Amino acid sequence: MRILLLTIPAVAVAGSLVLALPSGQRWSETEVALVRSLSLAALPASPVDPSNRVADDPRAAELGRAIFFDTRFSGNGKVACATCHLPERQFQDDLPLGQGMGRTDRRTMPLAGMAHAPFLFWDGRKDSLWSQALGPLESTVEHGGDRTLYAHLMKEHYRMDYEAIFGPLPELSDLPRRAGPIADPAAATAWAKLGEENREAVNKVFANIGKAVASYERTILPPETRFDAWFASSKFPEPGILSEDEIAGLRLFVGKAECVNCHNGPLLTDNHFHNTGVPALRDLPEDAGRESGARHVLEDPFNCLGPYSDAAEKDCTELRFMAEPDHDMLRAFKTPSLRGAADRPPYMHAGQIGTLDEVLSHYIAAPAAPAGHSELRPLDLGQRELSQLKAFLQTLDPIPGGEEVDSPAPPSGASAHQVRLRRQRHGPRALDGPRAGLSPGWWAYDHQPTGPGHHCGPLAAHQRRRR
Amino acid sequence: MPYFPTRRAILFGIPVLVLATGVAAGFFSRSVPSDLDLAMSKATASGLYLAALAPVTEPVTVGPMHSWTVSLTDAAGAPIEAASISVDGGMPQHGHGLPTAPAVTRSIGKGQFLIEGMKFNMSGWWVIDLSIDSAAGADTVTFNLML
Repeated sequence: MRILLLTIPAVAVAGSLVLALPSGQRWSETEVALVRSLSLAALPASPVDPSNRVADDPRAAELGRAIFFDTRFSGNGKVACATCHLPERQFQDDLPLGQGMGRTDRRTMPLAGMAHAPFLFWDGRKDSLWSQALGPLESTVEHGGDRTLYAHLMKEHYRMDYEAIFGPLPELSDLPRRAGPIADPAAATAWAKLGEENREAVNKVFANIGKAVASYERTILPPETRFDAWFASSKFPEPGILSEDEIAGLRLFVGKAECVNCHNGPLLTDNHFHNTGVPALRDLPEDAGRESGARHVLEDPFNCLGPYSDAAEKDCTELRFMAEPDHDMLRAFKTPSLRGAADRPPYMHAGQIGTLDEVLSHYIAAPAAPAGHSELRPLDLGQRELSQLKAFLQTLDPIPGGEEVDSPAPPSGASAHQVRLRRQRHGPRALDGPRAGLSPGWWAYDHQPTGPGHHCGPLAAHQRRRR
Repeated sequence: MPYFPTRRAILFGIPVLVLATGVAAGFFSRSVPSDLDLAMSKATASGLYLAALAPVTEPVTVGPMHSWTVSLTDAAGAPIEAASISVDGGMPQHGHGLPTAPAVTRSIGKGQFLIEGMKFNMSGWWVIDLSIDSAAGADTVTFNLML
């Protein structure tokens, strides 16, 4: 064991070793290993999801993709998953706060590589992609629908596809159109009257919708970046595809600036939760972050240990050994992946910080948290170092033209940039054209904004840890 | 577009990289004790037990969840077959605990116990604290890891 531990490279030891090396040998094996650990070369296949038996069934992925773009799966027929998770925009929406049927309280997260995340949402209140997908469907301000509505829609539009994967749909003809355990009193009352057997049958369909969507989302992988190309090139670790400044930024990232403490691994996230002193927005309700997320995931009937999961108890290690909800988790939010982050402002869990420069300034200043305790400590970085760090972060953007966009072209042939500008001006739209060819006419493009335009004042930040 | 540095840029770049590395090395070595005890087998604080900690699968890496075993004997070397063991730990430099709540889930015989749910979410100095209670008495032991 001791031998093992001695061979496990410590960053501290690595740094010291490099100093002792001849100046021409600038990268120790340990440092090369650390850089490799951040590259796509180190990304394993998506981990199996024992809680979703159709996770890797291509038929489920195809069905899930159809649902992902289907605006009928909403209370007003205008909101699809793709309304906020735009394929041509890294499956996020460039808005401070997501906008479905109303305005949410959080920034839309991108989706690439999410199959690697043990907990989903900024507060980790879900423990699988399929369970996560169910949340927005029932949220009043997102899809704004309910479980019975979605079950009816499956039967009306995707019956054959569904039954080929999951088996027969239950008899739904006697069930009301709208019923579910949601905020809407009429739907909630109807749900209470359904009876246990019907509720369970509908819940099962609801969970299977999530499992199909999750199966599709598992196919959304992070595209290659310039950083990955540099690491894979024969020039590495010499400058080439990356400039000297960008490489200096990488040195800072894994060294003095300590970004790598939390932004580690090939997705540049530790998938954990940190309070980094991000200011609270005045017009949003208090957000306890992981403290409430940890509580919710334990209570969620759609979690890994619940009746709709396909996993055995032994498979649910993340949930079984999850740290208990604790005050230390107050306002801790999930570390986002930095892949593509430079190209998707605004930042933090509620889009509080507008630019990458301001994000870096936040980490330098390390302000006190509005609640709980920030893990940050002030950093001593000069302007040149900041610009190098920023330059490195920009190397984590997808290589232009190399990004696979898994959706039809935006309606009317608009460029992704135009779509983004439009969205910034007018708010969200249901969007995206047909895919998959499952059932004709299942998509719609709506030219009317579905929610009020929201302009977020400059505020604060989140992620990572420092010390 | 690929960037090809000039010879001059490379020459200027070298000291920048060396300097950055030196600063990083200085920073990281600031608070890790130079004589950090990395032994994975040791006597507990009051000497009631000998405890040995080992990962089930190697190498131990940052990120994934993994299991460990703890082997316990009394001070004379006889295996402890029944004990209540709790697991805690964290990063002394960062002032935070473990990202998960690992637990001893079962005895695997001959004084060995299985710890499940261990995870390290960053590189650096980690401590693992075991609190052990058996007929021999209550004691604690702390192991250090560098990841």
